[in-house]
This record gives sequence, C-alpha cells and structure tokens, in this order.
Amino acid sequence: MRPVVEIRDGAVELSGRPVLRGIDLAIAAGEVVVVLGANGSGKSTLVRTMLGLVPTCRGEVRLFGTPLEKFHDWKRVGFVPQRVTAAGGVPASVREVVAAGRLAQRRLLTPMRARDRTAVSEAIAAVGLTDRAGDGVSTLSGGQQQRALIARALAGRPELLVLDEPTAGVDQASQELFANTLAGLVDQGATIVLVAHEIGPVRRLIGRSVVMRDGRVVYDGPPTGDAVLQHEAGHHATLDTAHPDHTPTVTSPVDPREAR
Amino acid sequence: MVLFDYAFIVRALLAALFTGLAAPAVGTYLVQRRLALLGDGIGHISVTGVAIGLLTGTEPTYTAVLVAIAGGIMIEVIRERGRTSGDVALALLFYGGIAGGVLLTGIAGQSAATLNTYLFGSITTISTGDVWVTVVLAIVVIAVALGLAPQLFAVAQDEEFAKVAGLNVRFYNVLVSVLAAVTVTVAMRTVGLLLVSALMVVPVATAQQVTRGFRATLVAAMGLGTAASIGGVVISTYVDVAPGATIVLLSLAAFASAWPFGVWVRRRVRLAAPFTEPVDLLVPATGHSAVPEEHEHQHGEHCGHRAVPHGDHVDYVHDGHRHAPHGSHYDEH
Repeated sequence: MRPVVEIRDGAVELSGRPVLRGIDLAIAAGEVVVVLGANGSGKSTLVRTMLGLVPTCRGEVRLFGTPLEKFHDWKRVGFVPQRVTAAGGVPASVREVVAAGRLAQRRLLTPMRARDRTAVSEAIAAVGLTDRAGDGVSTLSGGQQQRALIARALAGRPELLVLDEPTAGVDQASQELFANTLAGLVDQGATIVLVAHEIGPVRRLIGRSVVMRDGRVVYDGPPTGDAVLQHEAGHHATLDTAHPDHTPTVTSPVDPREAR
Repeated sequence: MVLFDYAFIVRALLAALFTGLAAPAVGTYLVQRRLALLGDGIGHISVTGVAIGLLTGTEPTYTAVLVAIAGGIMIEVIRERGRTSGDVALALLFYGGIAGGVLLTGIAGQSAATLNTYLFGSITTISTGDVWVTVVLAIVVIAVALGLAPQLFAVAQDEEFAKVAGLNVRFYNVLVSVLAAVTVTVAMRTVGLLLVSALMVVPVATAQQVTRGFRATLVAAMGLGTAASIGGVVISTYVDVAPGATIVLLSLAAFASAWPFGVWVRRRVRLAAPFTEPVDLLVPATGHSAVPEEHEHQHGEHCGHRAVPHGDHVDYVHDGHRHAPHGSHYDEH
C-alpha cells in the first residue's frame, strides 16, 4: 500500500536560504505522527511542504501516492494552520468558519446539502462549541478559536489531518477535549500529522515521533519521550552554539568589540 | 409621486439602487481581507482611465473599466509577488493613477470641471445608456459576490486553509480585485471615483457593529448601502446639494449612530465572558481564601451583581472582586 504522505530527498529554500534538506519521510495510513523540534527547526515548514504550501527546490512530495502537483483530491485532507486568531476583518460566526471546511466536498454554486450541515454540526459538537456556534469567532477565547479551526478541519471528515501547533495557547481542559477528538478520528482510521512544541494529553495516541533539528530529520521512530530531544540537543550543542543556522559571523571593523 | 415625473431622477434612482447594492457586496470581502482601501486605490487609478477616454475621444466609462481592472490585477500581483505589504502597493498606484489622470486630462485640453464630474459623480446627468451599463455591471458583480460567497469567504478568511481545501487562491484573489474594479466604475457616476470606496467600506463597518456573522454582515451592508444611495439622491432633489457627497455622509451618519450600540454590545459580551482557570504549573493549588468581611447579602439571580461562569460554578463580580459561593461563606476568586 502506498504511503499517505511521502517525501523523497525533499529540500526547501525560502528566499535562497535552505530551511529543509535531505528529507526522506513516508507516513502510512492510520499512523499518528508528531513532529517535534525547537523554534526554527523547520517542523512547521515540513508539514507545510507536505501540503504544497511551501514549494520544494528538489525532491518529490506525494499525497496518497499522487505527486503533489497532480493531486486534486483535497477533500481527503484536513489542515489546521498555526494561527493566533481565527478572526478576519468582518465578523464571522463559528458555524460559518467551520462550514468553510466543507468547501472541498461541495460543488460550485450549489448550497450546502443536509449532509454538509450535519458534518458541520458534528464537528462543532466534537470540539465542544455547540452553544457558541452562532457567536462571532472574535468573541471566543484563544483556545476556543483554536478549537473552531480544528472543527473546520474535522468538518471535511479528512483521511489525512495535518495540524500545525494546534494546542499552542490552549488551556488544559481544551487539550484533553482535543486529545479525545483526535482519538475518535484515529479509531476511524485517519492518518494524523501533528506539529507540537509540547505533547501534552495527546501523548497516548502517538505512535511515532519525528524530531526536526536545523532543517533535518534527526530522529524518526517510536516515541521515547523527552529523553530523545534532550539527547539530540546535547549531542550537537557544542558544535552549533556559535552559529546556530550556519550564518557566518560577518562584522565590520567599526562594530563594537562585543559584536565580533 | 412627483419625483418619478422627471426621467433624469428615475435614471439617477436606478443607478443609485444598483450601486448601493453592489458596492458593499464587494466591500465586505475587501474589509474581510483587511484591504479596505483597495477600492480607493482602484478609484485613483481609474482617473487615468477616464483621462485616456477624454484624450482619445472614447466613452470614459469603458476606458475606466479597462484601466481599473488592469490596476486591480496589478495591486494583487504587487501584493502577492513583490512581498510588498498591501498598503504600500496601494500607495504606489494611488499617486501614479491620480497624477497620470491629471496630466492626461490637461493634454486632452479638458477642463478640471470635466474631470470633476468623474471624481465626485454627477448622477443627475447620467444618460440612459450609462444607466444600462451601470445596471448590467452591477448585476454581474452582485451575482458573483453572492454566488461564490462560500469560496470568496474562505479565501478572504484564511488563504492557506483555502489552498489546502483545493481552491485556486490566486484566482479568487484576482476575482475580488476585478469585482472591486468593476464596482468602482459602476459607482463612478453615482458617488465619484474619490468617494466610491466609502460606499464599499462604510456600510460594512456600520453593519458589523451589530452583526455576529459574515452572511448577516454582507446582507445588512447591502441594505445600508442601498438606503444611503437612494436617500442621498432623494435629498439632493429637494435640497441643492451634491448627491455623491450626500450619499457618503448619509452612510457615515448611519455608522455614527450604530457605533455606540456596537460599543455597548461588545462591552456586554466582554463582561459576561467566562473566567478561565489559570494554567499555572509552577504554583501548586493551595486551599482557598474566604472573603474576609461580613457579607451582608446572598449572591443570587437578583442580587444585582454580574454573574459570570467560572469553570463548574458561577462567580459574582462584587466591587472589583470575584466572589464564589462556598458553603456558608464566599471565596475570593
């Protein structure tokens, strides 16, 4: 069976700077993968590359066995972007934001059908926002807004769900709720890729960890807890503290001594 | 009614009706994308379009539509490709457009007064042909803005999510720009190029003082825009004032009256927002602190203190404190 997500020899440059390189990753159907790493390690870029939001400069990305540039079956994919807020310049109710998650399933110029509305209501219920469905998203707390964005991805009933730091700034109770929601999806056989800074209550679901460091995958295997992270950090710490991102230190003679 | 006896007033009312419906429909998406001034930018560019028409002897409406669309696409491309922020892209075109327009009008040997009819509108001198162009273009704009509402909303709300939902984000972004460009030229004869953006943005700002949802905002803005446009034309037939300016000032008056209501609603919502349990892993939970002073009354539904949900119970906001009932006394929360 073809992997759901496959990156072969992937590399990404942003404005000429290499941010990802030598990425070889295959995620099989039903896997729950957490992508870990420090700020700037490329974990967010990695999942955005999977979805074609960031172009690769070499290598190949495949979703459900189809090269990304030929992939059109977006209704099988759900995405929760990393965001501070779900609000735009005009008020939008929770239901309206979540309904956007049904777009890939809907036909152009046709109204929502009964099953679209059911999926939206169920997604809102799954994140515990039913009583706030008619309220504007901007009136929700940060954690609730994040839950609304998760519901939007759930509304499409995706086979592959990609979440970029969905629990950043979400309180403990919401994180539990979120873990239960993901558990439900996992039971239905969904593949989940989750970027996280700290794992929290979803730990029990995770079957595989991918640890990013400086644009490369430095660990890929069963979750062994924070020990792996610390080991990796310790292993390379002496090499890289001076030039964390390979930028040569260039100063001019007039710079104060401390800068050099 | 005596108004309808004059053909020019009927034409003006028709133009006002359709402009009032179309401008806020597009404006809602612009405000949603935080590009409220896009309409103004395109309006400025259209000045060059009008001047090209005056210079070449073509009908200025047509040249203005073409130049406005080109300008709208240009703004979108600069915004997307140039990594220039939207407002800088707009500023570049603002000044280029208006300078080009003034320069070309001068070369064409036309007076400033001719240009003025386009800058500030001249709805009462609108011809039957112009009314038809206005009505047809406005209907197209409204049909697209409402028909593709789910897609346009998703793209304006969250581009990355829309992309992963399989939408061609660039197409929809350019589409909004083109819609805005067409609307600007539609509204050119009604409120004028320099004031058109007001009719796109102000009704939306007014509507969102009271609405909670996107659809409601869109519909309410269209209603407010129509009311202001028709009202402005009617007023200017009785009082000798410029219709374009009257329409815009009516919209602003509506905003000014809705604003205090919006402030009041938002304040109420904020006060009633539930208190959240702080997630503080460093400080272990320690007992509780009772309200020290004798508490002279029981908090309850009718005590007059605001009841705010807090986890599994209700806190009462009392003189800057939060009192939570705990058996025989109140806890300080």
